[in-house]
Amino acid sequence: MEFYRSHVLICGGTGCHSSGSGEVMETFKSELAKHNLENEIKLVQTGCFGLCAVGPVVIVYPEGAFYSRVKDEDVSRIVTEHLLKGRIVTDLLYHDSVHEDEAIKSLNEVEFYKKQMRLALRNCGVIDPEKIEEYIAFDGYKALGKVLLEMTPEETINLIKASGLRGRGGAGFPAGLKWEFTAKAQGDKKYVCCNADEGDPGAFMDRSILEGDPHSVLEAMTIAGYAVGADQGYIYVRAEYPIAVKRLTIAIAQAREAGLLGRNIFGTDFSFDIELRLGAGAFVCGEETALMASIEGMRGEPRPRPPFPAVKGVFGKPTLLNNVETYANIPPILLNGPEWFQSIGTEKSKGTKVFALGGKINNTGLVEVPMGTTLREIIYEIGGGIPDNKEFKAAQTGGPSGGCIPAQHLDTPIDYDSLTQIGSMMGSGGLIVMDNENCMVDIARFFLDFTVDESCGKCPPCRIGTKRMLEILERITQGKGEEGDIEKLQELGRSIKSSALCGLGQTAPNPVLSTIQYFREEYEAHIRDKRCPAGVCQALLQIIIQAELCKGCGLCIKACPVDAISGERRSPHVIDQSKCIKCGACLEKCPFKAIVKG
Amino acid sequence: MSTSILQDNKEKFAELQRIIDEYKDKEGPLMLILHKAQELFGCLPVEVQEYIAESLDIPLTDIYGVATFYSQFTLQPKGKYTIGVCMGTACYVKGAQAVLDELSKEIGIKPGETSEDFVFTLEATRCLGACGLAPVIMINDDVYGRLVPSDIKGIVDKYRGR
Ligand SMILES: Cc1cc2nc3c(=O)[nH]c(=O)nc-3n(C[C@H](O)[C@H](O)[C@H](O)COP(=O)(O)O)c2cc1C
Ligand code: SF4
Ligand code: SF4
Ligand code: FES
Ligand code: FES
Repeated sequence: MEFYRSHVLICGGTGCHSSGSGEVMETFKSELAKHNLENEIKLVQTGCFGLCAVGPVVIVYPEGAFYSRVKDEDVSRIVTEHLLKGRIVTDLLYHDSVHEDEAIKSLNEVEFYKKQMRLALRNCGVIDPEKIEEYIAFDGYKALGKVLLEMTPEETINLIKASGLRGRGGAGFPAGLKWEFTAKAQGDKKYVCCNADEGDPGAFMDRSILEGDPHSVLEAMTIAGYAVGADQGYIYVRAEYPIAVKRLTIAIAQAREAGLLGRNIFGTDFSFDIELRLGAGAFVCGEETALMASIEGMRGEPRPRPPFPAVKGVFGKPTLLNNVETYANIPPILLNGPEWFQSIGTEKSKGTKVFALGGKINNTGLVEVPMGTTLREIIYEIGGGIPDNKEFKAAQTGGPSGGCIPAQHLDTPIDYDSLTQIGSMMGSGGLIVMDNENCMVDIARFFLDFTVDESCGKCPPCRIGTKRMLEILERITQGKGEEGDIEKLQELGRSIKSSALCGLGQTAPNPVLSTIQYFREEYEAHIRDKRCPAGVCQALLQIIIQAELCKGCGLCIKACPVDAISGERRSPHVIDQSKCIKCGACLEKCPFKAIVKG
Repeated sequence: MSTSILQDNKEKFAELQRIIDEYKDKEGPLMLILHKAQELFGCLPVEVQEYIAESLDIPLTDIYGVATFYSQFTLQPKGKYTIGVCMGTACYVKGAQAVLDELSKEIGIKPGETSEDFVFTLEATRCLGACGLAPVIMINDDVYGRLVPSDIKGIVDKYRGR
């Protein structure tokens, strides 16, 4: 094997890709060539490191130098200074990755990583996801070998059951039980499917695993195939994830080439193959029965359960369906044993959970923590708090099926059951932080707008009920709310929850109900006082010039598209509220910050 | 079947036939074929749906049902540049609505519409996976992040002249 004196890891995740890591990679290539360093220094394109907010991220080993926001023009400095002369370019390092004496911290000393525990993400940002050898070098396919050569299907299932692993796709159903049901179901043909439809509109955990460590999912699905007696697997992945699709395609080809997919794997008589199926932009296809209809090439409409997929799934055959992150946990559980996994997490929720941390938070990105970590730890220690030291208002978990968690619950240890208890849910792992400039009524409206758009229309409570709720919310945010609206929303919400056919409708009212529960006074301000305390709802907004700050420069007059502003030069200006369309143009233009939303 | 589009696009339909031949023996081939057909034609006009219906021997209504169910399939041609404004939660709480409104104003079309000269299609999309850079828009394959409404004109102008 070749020996390299340094490794340069460049993040190729979607976040960094968007902030320009592709060009950075190219520039590294040409700079290394220019200095004849190609045989001494190895460039590796990895998956997401988690700290997408400061991307593009580059880490140089053996020193472990963590360069952030690397621009094209920084590359030649890193090459000539660091890689040629051994002098780390300190001013390009991520601010929290160096000690005061300029010595480099190891990654697990950095605030962002300190409390994290990367199991599902163990290889993301560590290996090149397009090279199967790298996955194998990090114990990849070892669990598959162990299962096929040393364990029976029953032993495999029992081990997963004993670990206490619960599904990471949202509902938290015990994975081992589901495997057992599928294994016991009668059928000449069975399937193993992977839910990579990641529907939560503000989350990208599964995407990062697929992009950063595709083989872990392939390995786990193959193990599942052996355990339940299936010979064919399907990964249903969103077409909006081109990089994930590409890396999966490469990974499948490499696994076939290496004999780790296909006929007689590891020389046994077990055969298994995996194909990709692309979604086409329908949130409801994340629901298991709809997903299976979509794999069959039909409209992705849910059907009543039972029969459950374990009995009657794709093409009418017994089918095991798990989420991407659920699968990513399987190989380490098999290698380290169920007791090890049991030792992580809380009583009823074992292991870790990956969250996509977004919204009003400094370290937006991907984090993985043991179950039982508190929201406060995630937001203030790992997440680095809220920008401009603004006040925390709520955290949204569970996406369109979840709810908003207020400050009083910041110290709740997060697991499946505690989140349900406080009116939200774990969901698939979206975690959006909001400060006092976010309006809770508007957020509820935002999610309802989403569900109305995505409802497949099959059952009336969901199709008609959510629309009625949305209409009420729209009225409230437009200043036309009436007494009794809150009660109407609650009533409708409760009846939709109990009568809708699938999980989409059954959970759609949650964002509304939880915001009413915790932020009722904000609803009341909209309805009674026609006021949006957060200053978000346009119709309730007034744009005002503060006379004491206005110098009468006139810049706002020029900015206003509808001539709503008038005033003499050098004396305070005023806005004619009947003309103002609240576009905010004047606000940005005023050099004295005299114009405010009120 | 209207022959005009068949005549005009002989090569494309030959390619479509090749795609159908490649996929028709897979389990549940329809979505696979529709994805490829849309890549080929840019959209799924009714003539293309008819052609697939005949080749696979399934009713046109089934194909129409699938093509209209999924938001990524489109029956109308799109503009040269598709501008997707991320309306995922992370982007929304960081002001994506204002960015979308500004684009709408700048190009003069509503979300979901295509400009008359077929240069721009404006769409509201779900999470693009770049939440760290919220709010984010994507123009074909280019991603722009950390936007404020005043950035929009400059960005749109870059594509106008091309
Ligand atoms: C409307 C709706 C959307 C869903 N979207 C997803 C999704 O995007 N990803 C996912 O893994 N599970 C999703 N689920 C849950 C799946 O139906 C299913 O429970 C899950 O994939 C099972 O895998 P697990 O047991 O490993 O969690 C969704 C459920 C509903 C009702
Ligand atoms: S721009 Fe500001 S300071 Fe100048 S006139 Fe307008 S409000 Fe007054
Ligand atoms: S918000 Fe817009 S319409 Fe209203 S005064 Fe300012 S520039 Fe004019
Ligand atoms: S995409 Fe690079 S750190 Fe997340
Ligand atoms: S929510 Fe916009 S990129 Fe994720």
